[in-house]
Amino acid sequence: MPVDPALTERAFAPVAPYLVGREKVREFARAVLATAAIHHDPEAARAAGFADVVAPPTFPIVVAEATLQQLLAEPDAGIDFGRVVHGDQRFSYTRPLVAGDELTATLRVTSIKSLGGNSMITSETAMVDAAGAHVVTSISTLVVRGEDS
Amino acid sequence: MSAAALQLEVGQVVAERTYAISRDSLVRYAGASGDFNPIHYRDDVAAVVGLPGVLAHGMLTMGVAVQPVVDWLDARGWVSDYQVRFTRPVVVDPETGAEITVVATVAAVDETGGRIDLTVRVGGQTVLGKAQVRVTAL
Repeated sequence: MPVDPALTERAFAPVAPYLVGREKVREFARAVLATAAIHHDPEAARAAGFADVVAPPTFPIVVAEATLQQLLAEPDAGIDFGRVVHGDQRFSYTRPLVAGDELTATLRVTSIKSLGGNSMITSETAMVDAAGAHVVTSISTLVVRGEDS
Repeated sequence: MSAAALQLEVGQVVAERTYAISRDSLVRYAGASGDFNPIHYRDDVAAVVGLPGVLAHGMLTMGVAVQPVVDWLDARGWVSDYQVRFTRPVVVDPETGAEITVVATVAAVDETGGRIDLTVRVGGQTVLGKAQVRVTAL
């Protein structure tokens, strides 16, 4: 079943707010070998001008995961999880993400392309803080391999 | 602080580092990220789906590859945009793991910061394409 091109017109509900915790930032930083003090030490982060420990650049994928699951779970979307490969990824920030931020993430499918039997789905997950101000957008392209590839 | 404080010059290599990752790294990343796809820790599952071995999460490679830039910035600036294309899977051997080598080179400079391009290799082969980091002065 091909991926439904009408997905780009579908409105997805925001997922439940995600509270960025200091220990989660530290745990994620350790996992990506991020040793800089601003990720681990609140004093070092404050001295550098941040409100609390700073999330590593790819941290928002933890939050985007919930919205990507929304997309994969769409029963009529035609996306077979077993055939999905991550094609590319981007994070575009308005301001640094720090512990204490509460993010509300909303997914939007921006493009669906077919290429040599594969489908390429690009989605954007925009994340806003508790005041509604934009913090970061995670842009993912997923490649859904065709039946015979 | 202005962009001048970053002292960027096009063509300048700001960092070159090699990171060793192991199967332990993959388990740790799975837990931290919530991505528990078994192709990242089970040889039997990787074999069934036709992979050459257990693979590192693409997002782990992406996350590690930007670290030399973060360390080099050292609170003079921050990463305001970061993108990669996943061009080649990273196979992580159960005994010897894998080594990720990153070279970070200044590609463009402007008033607020600049763009740093990453060359990311494992075993001599490039694993990320179009790996670009936007740094903004604080």
